Amino acid sequence: MMKNLLKTVAVLVAVSLSVGARAQLVVDITSGIDDPTPIAVSPFSWSGSGVLSEDVSGIISADLRRSGLFAPVPKADMLSFPKNPEEVVFRDWRILGTEYVVTGRIEPQAAGYLLTFDLVNIFGQQKMFTKQVSGGSRQLRDIAHRAADEIFEAITGIRGAFSTEMIYVLEERRGGRPSYALMRADIDGARAREIRRFSAPVMSPMWSPNGQEVAYVSFETGRPAIFRENLRTGARQQLTNFKGINSSPTWSPDGTKLAMVLSKDGNPEIYVLDLNTGRFTRMTRHFSIDTEPNWMPDGKSLVFTSDRGGKPQIYQLTLATGQVDRLTFDGDYNARPRVSPDGKTLVMVHRSRGVFTIATMDINTGRMRVLTETTLDESPSIAPNGAMLMYATKRGDKGILAAVSLDAGVKYNLPSQRGDVREPAWSPYFD
Amino acid sequence: MLKSVKTGLGLACVMAVMAGCSSTDTDDSAQQQMTQVQEPVVETPAQETAVPLDNVVYFDFDQSLLKPQTRDLLIQHADRLRGSAQNVRLEGHADELGTREYNLALGERRANAVRDFLVLQGVDAASLEVISYGEERPAQAGSSESARAMNRRVVIVK
Repeated sequence: MMKNLLKTVAVLVAVSLSVGARAQLVVDITSGIDDPTPIAVSPFSWSGSGVLSEDVSGIISADLRRSGLFAPVPKADMLSFPKNPEEVVFRDWRILGTEYVVTGRIEPQAAGYLLTFDLVNIFGQQKMFTKQVSGGSRQLRDIAHRAADEIFEAITGIRGAFSTEMIYVLEERRGGRPSYALMRADIDGARAREIRRFSAPVMSPMWSPNGQEVAYVSFETGRPAIFRENLRTGARQQLTNFKGINSSPTWSPDGTKLAMVLSKDGNPEIYVLDLNTGRFTRMTRHFSIDTEPNWMPDGKSLVFTSDRGGKPQIYQLTLATGQVDRLTFDGDYNARPRVSPDGKTLVMVHRSRGVFTIATMDINTGRMRVLTETTLDESPSIAPNGAMLMYATKRGDKGILAAVSLDAGVKYNLPSQRGDVREPAWSPYFD
Repeated sequence: MLKSVKTGLGLACVMAVMAGCSSTDTDDSAQQQMTQVQEPVVETPAQETAVPLDNVVYFDFDQSLLKPQTRDLLIQHADRLRGSAQNVRLEGHADELGTREYNLALGERRANAVRDFLVLQGVDAASLEVISYGEERPAQAGSSESARAMNRRVVIVK
């Protein structure tokens, strides 16, 4: 603990898409844990000329606050603004009840910025680390999120996911007609930008495991078709054009296959497309609706929704044997499963007492827990660290995004400034 | 919508005439349609041909069973479609309740139910195309029960 850890983390995120001038989604925290850890991110120094375009220490504070596990000290309450560990007066911060202080210094670099930041444990009266993050001239937010990831992990032991992104669907009216867009934004809602705009509905976006592609369903050809699109180049490929439903694409954990739903044989069945050979393999054979597949992390089985028992419930399909086992038994509507990164928890849309909520289920014990209290919750998508999930809900008649921790302790909303937003897909880690 | 339905019917009659001329079909209804379209009628649809039929049928939540009043309406549609070469799109829809992908399947199941019924009534299956939009294209915005009821539908597009 005493040793100084100096580590440089280069931010390699290429900002290739046009960045909106204003954040389109604004975080609105609705609940956190009872006893969040007080932490102070002291305003960072800047040794270059002019004023920085982003408040880096402010972004770090906001990230930590949004996690629900931290209570950042407001700048107005700080007795001093230390710029390095030597300037931290432990007694002052102890009086405030602050457990950790972050100090930092931003310097100009040839093509961007270098942030050197320190994490200080007040009660232990010791510096925990000094680290560096560098990035390009338009990557101050990326630098801040990377620093927040490091701080979060050092204190909680959980890998931070503040550097991740999301893709979601925006519907708005343009010229009196509905217009749809696949949007991409930082996970805090900032830097929302269009991936592609559509005049027909678009749905079911799914990140590839390496974070470089998205698969989705578009109605632009007049019927639902599955596309894959490279997020960096914008190049895309139509993967299916079968009669009937082409829906619910979902990448295998190794990225070589895409599970999907096709109804070309008469009713919706789960198929697996081998992306190398282009071969489709039918995985289910049942006259009911089989849909919404999602891979277990080991890639050996799929979970999916089926109403083969009369009502939508979640089943598991073992790929090697074709065996199907029912997983959910509580309630008369459980659908659109997603599996946590450790493979132990299912999250799903669950109807209880007539309302649609997000619930988790421990796969081993079958114990179910409702996480949300609103009534039209859908499309849960889990963070790569398994700590939180993003979902879509309604506020009034407006579609908004919201997040909740898998233990239900932390909640926040991300309402959109315009249009209806839905179907959030939380990105994987980008490295 | 009303206008396009009328135009569609006019067109159907013309096509029925053409079909009648090029075959030895002596079916009564084809004969009737021939007499009805002595003065056809693509730009100015035949007003007296028929009152346009309702082209939307509705369903209960998470259901694809046809209601009795729906059957009556579909029988009338079938009477007009039978023997015609007209292509028809059956667009299935769902309300906002439940998950989007499941609703896509539910919309298709509803449209299939309409298709199967029409085929049972003698309509050529090859002339019927099913497409589901799930909950992506609501007829009515909002979360009221009346809006939802309007959205659980199959639209017969000629």
